[in-house]
Amino acid sequence: MSEALLSVQNLSTVFELRARSPFAKAPKLKAVSDVSFDLKEGETLGIVGESGCGKSTLGRSILRLIEPTAGRVVWQGRELTDLSAEEMRKARRDLSIIFQDPIASLDPRMTVADIIGEPLRVAEPSLDRKTRRQRVLKAMEEVGLAPEMINRYPHEFSGGQAQRIGIARAIITEPKLIVCDEPVSALDVSIQAQIINLLRGLKERLGLTLIFISHDLSVVRLVSDRILVLYLGRVVEIGPRGDVFARPAHPYTRALLSAAPIPDPDVARSRKRIPLQGDPPSPINPPSGCAFRTRCPIARDVCAKEIPPLIPVEGGTHRSACLFAEEVLRSGDDIASASV
Amino acid sequence: MADTRETLLSLTDYSVAFDTPDGVVQAVSNLDLDIAPGETVAVVGESGSGKSQTFNGVFGLLARNARTGGAVNFLGRDLLSLSSKELDKVRGRDMAMVFQDPMTALNPAMKIKRQLAETLEIHRGKSRREAEREALQMLKQVGIPDAERRINQYPHELSGGMRQRVVIAMALLCQPKLIVADEPTTALDVTIQAQILDLFRDLTQSFRTALVLITHDLGVVAGIADRVAVMYAGRIVEEGKVDDLFSRPAMPYTAALMRSIPRVDREAEAVEPIPGRPPNLIHPPSGCPFHPRCRFAEEKCVRERPPLGEVSAGRRAACWFPFIDAEAGTGGENALAETANV
Repeated sequence: MSEALLSVQNLSTVFELRARSPFAKAPKLKAVSDVSFDLKEGETLGIVGESGCGKSTLGRSILRLIEPTAGRVVWQGRELTDLSAEEMRKARRDLSIIFQDPIASLDPRMTVADIIGEPLRVAEPSLDRKTRRQRVLKAMEEVGLAPEMINRYPHEFSGGQAQRIGIARAIITEPKLIVCDEPVSALDVSIQAQIINLLRGLKERLGLTLIFISHDLSVVRLVSDRILVLYLGRVVEIGPRGDVFARPAHPYTRALLSAAPIPDPDVARSRKRIPLQGDPPSPINPPSGCAFRTRCPIARDVCAKEIPPLIPVEGGTHRSACLFAEEVLRSGDDIASASV
Repeated sequence: MADTRETLLSLTDYSVAFDTPDGVVQAVSNLDLDIAPGETVAVVGESGSGKSQTFNGVFGLLARNARTGGAVNFLGRDLLSLSSKELDKVRGRDMAMVFQDPMTALNPAMKIKRQLAETLEIHRGKSRREAEREALQMLKQVGIPDAERRINQYPHELSGGMRQRVVIAMALLCQPKLIVADEPTTALDVTIQAQILDLFRDLTQSFRTALVLITHDLGVVAGIADRVAVMYAGRIVEEGKVDDLFSRPAMPYTAALMRSIPRVDREAEAVEPIPGRPPNLIHPPSGCPFHPRCRFAEEKCVRERPPLGEVSAGRRAACWFPFIDAEAGTGGENALAETANV
């Protein structure tokens, strides 16, 4: 697809762990395995999965904040993974990130002006102080921070305000793509909604493309156009939001959806849950074949043989890495979480 | 609340305050709350609402600079007047607490077996062998696979979900009448969260244990609670049966909370945030603590604090203009329609 703004191709990130003894082989942790997807301009891709599934590593590997081990990241036709440090520095102004913990991600010794202006100092070192300050003020206005806060320090801010500072820092270089890594998970519910609406508004106004990483399916459903479900570092399902939520085609997605709490006592009582046994297996030593088979309610012998490829379901852009995706789809009309 | 109800735990005019260099933080103010045997009550609120401090106080777990007021009656005794030695006999035996991080309750240097058995030896005077046998039994009951092996392991060898099961097993060992669980599933993944909530549901039923679930997550509340108390700025602002409260919130804060959360089972274009942020508890606002963020606030709300009063049967709200007609006990349709449209 030539129209893709970002194309991630067979991306893998492997961490080498410390060996247990000087003679033992160092174990390898495959955090991200063979992930591919395209992102169009203006699109929001939601990446969901449980802790340890590799969603944050994936987000960071795309931006080369963590060096991927294999695969390609093609940004506007250029291969990011081939760029020199200097070229990467230039490319970075288009690529930005927002972190989960708003306070911890801000340097406590820097003022708001310095924190928000920092990426600009790197991207456009020739700017004079006055212009830079004006740009900081403009970014602050975009995110709803009062100009008089510009000389304050992070500890003077609440979590919601600190996250606004983090967002201002992320947009100041006028990026095209922002990776949002659990941007609202640390916030109180009433503040969460403020930040979600802010991100949605900015996306529209500034024409941003977003990768929205979250463990919270309800938040992801609200902000994303497309959904990517990760399990143990692999894509198990990807597709348009409406399809994935209404007709999940992978048993893991179905289980996730059925376990997500719904703030409605009637629905909570009547919905059908798909219970999963046990915990996710270790990414150091993943099961053979389909990594989900050890917890899957419909697993069969064949699932242990090889890693199932992502294949289109319903003949469209909706794809699932389950050998029995059609079966999952057919049985899918009885989960309460599927009501649209 | 109905007077005829049997109560297990009763908080009366209960307050918690902290002396800090910046002034007195009034974390919990004049709380009245009854918990009946066997019921599951969710205490809901945002950070700083006082939901955790309320029960830290009940268990005698407050920081040194805290002061408590009012009365906490549990099984006919005022817990606030007990010495820490007397309180030790009640804690762990008649009432137990489960925290968000299971490692706060587990000793990292002790095998699971010893930690569990110790509880029974101390509180129930069981022999070591007997205690260990019961510990194993309980581990199986809370759904730990391969319990015979797990019981001989250390906490760090278990996953987060499994550790939380161990803590729940420990809480249940002495068959307490009350378990207070403070955000017990917040650190867990959704699939594990669902398992733990199922476990609570089954166990409270089979042991007839009352459960107080402290949480910020209304989705979790809807799935497990019989009754809900919503806290804001150190006070209960609304309390009622789970169905009533979710279908017709009486207090604007509760209604606003419900509208601010996205739902996984619905397509929506936007959520409606609550403007502003929770108040400072050193200098709380005058009148109703929610008035600066409430779109229905009127002059009276700024001047006078509304008491937590009965708005319909089994339903209390602290609001001068609740969305419920107190006399008829029916929904105030106008107010509700208005909230839906704005």
